[in-house]
Amino acid sequence: MEFFVFVCAALMILLGAVGVIVRKHPVHAALSLVLTLFGVAVLFIAQEAHFLAAVQVIVYAGAIVVLFLFVIMLLGVDRVENLRTEPLTAQRPLAIIASLGLLGVLVAAIVDGNGKINERGSGINVPDLQNGSDANTVQLAESIFSRYVVAFEVTSVLLVIAVVGTVLLTRKAKLGAK
Amino acid sequence: MISLSLAPTATWYLILAAVLFAIGTLGVLVRRNPLVMFMCIELMLNAVNLSFVTLARELNDINGQTVVLFVMVVAAAEVVVGLGIIVSIMRNRAALTTDDLAELKG
Repeated sequence: MEFFVFVCAALMILLGAVGVIVRKHPVHAALSLVLTLFGVAVLFIAQEAHFLAAVQVIVYAGAIVVLFLFVIMLLGVDRVENLRTEPLTAQRPLAIIASLGLLGVLVAAIVDGNGKINERGSGINVPDLQNGSDANTVQLAESIFSRYVVAFEVTSVLLVIAVVGTVLLTRKAKLGAK
Repeated sequence: MISLSLAPTATWYLILAAVLFAIGTLGVLVRRNPLVMFMCIELMLNAVNLSFVTLARELNDINGQTVVLFVMVVAAAEVVVGLGIIVSIMRNRAALTTDDLAELKG
């Protein structure tokens, strides 16, 4: 059963990712991105990270992709990129070689490091009948609000800075401002 | 090493994340629309999040999932600021590729 879920989610992720970089139209690329994000959320659930799966759907697929689509609409939807002609002749083969090399290095490291880390953490509570259906959320909250509470507060500062900075960036300069 | 058993091991998840990361890298290198380049950066962030969750389960440590939550927050802030920059640059332009941003060229 987990194998079936894994294969379906992996197909969703890979099809969506290829769609993002192949589709000419930015709106189609954003919709392919949604497919990938949902696939990752499915794999989060398959690995007992229930809270993160919910956050993934709400924040990524809900907020970030809508923000992308909003900006695409703002800048004009009819600007289709021409993927046939490449201004720099050597760039595309070089990019393919570079990403394949990166993939090779990563896979080699994963296969080589398989089973080498033996340190074990203090355990993850899997939601079931014994732990309750919210075990993952409770444990994550205990981690955030005890050990990482300072980092959590700093992220609120980061979000405020991001909002204020974006408002300043996108404000139109008034003509004849004092 | 990679056995064809019917339960996917952590190695499968990590290799899937590596493939997703490589596709995102390829997109950033190949595409010229800054919005699509941003989407490819999101793909790479998701690949890293998937690795974190996989290793959190493999090593039995909840802190991997905590890190993913922080990565999501930072990614949201990054998208907001990045799209703000793109909008403020592209508002008065006809073309929408990164090659057209060459004013600072010497």
